[in-house]
Amino acid sequence: MDSGGSALAIESDGLTKRFRGGQVAVDQVALRVPAGAVYGFLGPNGSGKTTTIRILLGLIFPTSGTHRLLGEPFTENAGRVLPRVGSLVEGPAFHPYLSGHANLARLDAADRSVDPRTARRRIGSALDRVGLTAAAGKRYRNYSLGMRQRLGIAAALLRPRDLLVLDEPTNGLDPQGTREVRHLIRQLGDEGVTVFVSSHLLSEVEQVCSHVGVMSVGKMVWQGSLASLAAQQNVRVNVSTATPAAAAQVLGGLGLDEVSVVDDGAHAVLGPMLPEHVVEALVAAGVGVRGFTVERPSLEDVFVGLTGEGFDVSG
Amino acid sequence: MSLAEAAASPVVGTPAVSRSLRFVRSEVGMVFRRRRNQALLVVLGCVPILIAVAIKISGGDNGGNGDAGALFGSITDNGVFVAFSALFVVIPLFLPMAVAVVAGDAVSGEANTGTLRYLLAVPVGRTRLLAVKFVGIAVWCIACSVVVAVVGVVIGLILFGGGDVTLLSGTSVSFGAGLWRLTLVAAYVAVSIAAVGAIGLFVSTLTEVPIAAMATTLGLTITSQVLDAVPQISAVHPWLPSHYWQQFIDVLRDPMALDKVGHGLLAAATYAVLFLTLAWARFTSKDVSS
Repeated sequence: MDSGGSALAIESDGLTKRFRGGQVAVDQVALRVPAGAVYGFLGPNGSGKTTTIRILLGLIFPTSGTHRLLGEPFTENAGRVLPRVGSLVEGPAFHPYLSGHANLARLDAADRSVDPRTARRRIGSALDRVGLTAAAGKRYRNYSLGMRQRLGIAAALLRPRDLLVLDEPTNGLDPQGTREVRHLIRQLGDEGVTVFVSSHLLSEVEQVCSHVGVMSVGKMVWQGSLASLAAQQNVRVNVSTATPAAAAQVLGGLGLDEVSVVDDGAHAVLGPMLPEHVVEALVAAGVGVRGFTVERPSLEDVFVGLTGEGFDVSG
Repeated sequence: MSLAEAAASPVVGTPAVSRSLRFVRSEVGMVFRRRRNQALLVVLGCVPILIAVAIKISGGDNGGNGDAGALFGSITDNGVFVAFSALFVVIPLFLPMAVAVVAGDAVSGEANTGTLRYLLAVPVGRTRLLAVKFVGIAVWCIACSVVVAVVGVVIGLILFGGGDVTLLSGTSVSFGAGLWRLTLVAAYVAVSIAAVGAIGLFVSTLTEVPIAAMATTLGLTITSQVLDAVPQISAVHPWLPSHYWQQFIDVLRDPMALDKVGHGLLAAATYAVLFLTLAWARFTSKDVSS
C-alpha cells in the first residue's frame, strides 16, 4: 500500500445524508484526512459529526456521495478495510451482564480475520493499555462512566489498526482520565496510526490534533492543518498612545489594513510585517508609545467566526 | 505492508472455518448464558414434571377424549408418554413464547444495547450476522424441545416405569423404538418452532425495542391459532404456521401417518424461508442509528 505523504486515510466526496423527514444531516461533505494525521473533527452538537462517522463505518447508507478508507473504495471493500479500522461511535456500548473481558472476547470472536490463538493476549494488552486490567472480570453493569469509555477504547485497540475513528473519546471522563486518553491519542499518532477524533471541545482538538475539520449545520466549513489555520489568522497590533491620530497615520503609512483610531490609541491588522518594524517606525515618527501589543485571535474566535456558534470550551 | 494489514493477513494453522465458527459459538453461548433464557428452560422442564405428578396423584384412571386424551391416558402404561404429552401441551403457547423471547431479542436487543453498531464495525457482514443469529435461534429451538422431551422421559420412567411402548393404534414396539419416535417428534417440534424463530428474527429487525419484537412475534402465533379456529376460512388452515403443530401425534401410530406431518414441515420451511428473506431484505438496507 502506498504510504507516501499525499496518501489519504479518509477521503469522501459529496457525502450527503437526507433523512426520511427531509432533514439534511450531512450535506456534500468532502473529507480529506491525510494518512498519519491526528484529525480533529470539530463542530457543535448536532452539526452532523456522528452521522458522518456512521456513514464512514457503513452503519448508515449515504443518500449520495462516496468515500474511501485507507485508499479502498468503501462500498466495494468494507469487509477488507474495516478490520484495519478501530472505532468508538457515540459512546461505548456493551452487554451489561458480561464482564469487560467477556465483552471484548465477544467482539474478537466476531472478527474472522484475527488469529483466535492470540485472542487472550490481545484482549489482555488492550485492557492494559486503557488501565482496566484490574476491573477486567467485573460486570460491565457495574462499571463507572469513565471505565465504560475506557473499555470502548480498548475494543478499538483489540488489534493493530491503521485508522482509529473516535467519536468524543473523552466524554464522561474525569480530568485525569481525559489527560490519559489525550496522551494515548498522541501516542497512537506517534506510532503512525491515523486518528480521526470528533469533539465539541476546542481545547481538546488544539492539544492533540495536527489537522482539523470544522462542521456546521451538516456542512464542512473549513479543513486543513492547524498550522495553516494559524497562518491565515488576522493578527492585530494595538498601539497605546496620547496621540492616536499620529499613530494611525504611521500605521497607515506602513501599509497596514483596517487602521482605526480610538480614544487612547490606534489598531491595525499586522499582515506580513514584523511587529518590531512597526514599533521602530512609530518611534522614528516621534509617536509616544505607552504600550504596544500583538493580538492573535484565539482558535475559538476563528471557529466561532466559521460556524457562527459558540463552542463549549470547558475541559 | 502496515501493521494492521499484517495482522489481517491469513494466519497459518487456523482454518477459516474454525475462525468463522468462533462467532457462532459466542452467539450460542450468549443465548444460553443469559439468566432469563436459563429460567425459560427451567420453566419448560417443569411442565412434564407437573403433568407426571398430577397424573400420579390422581391415579390416572380417565385420560379423556381426543388426541390429548389418548396421550395422557397412555402415561400410566408407559412413562415415555409423559414426554409426548408434555410436548403436546407446550407447543401451542409455551414453546412459541420461549422462542419469541430469544428471536425477538436477536437483533433488536443488540440495537437496544448499542452493541449492534460495534458488531457491524468489527466488521460482521449484515447477512452473516443474520445467519449467525438464526443459527443461535435454531439451537435454542432444539434445546427447548429436547429439555421437555428428556425431562419428560426421566420423570415418566421414575413415576410410571418403561418397557414396551403401546402405540395409539394399539400395536406395541420396543422401548428403544419408542425413544426413536420421541426423537422424531422432538425434531418435528423443533422445526415447527424454528419457523416462529424466523418470524421473530424478521420482527426483530424492525425495532430497537426487544420487548415489542417479542410481543409481536407471540401475537402473530396466537393470531395464527385464532384464525385456525374459524371454520369459515378452513381453506387457508393448512397454510397457517400453527395448523399442524400437534399433528406429530401421527408419528405414534403404526404405520406412521406422515402426510400431515410432511405438510407441517413444508409449511414451517416455507415460513422460515419467507421470513428469513424478509429479514435479510430489511436488515441489509437499514440505517443503524442506534
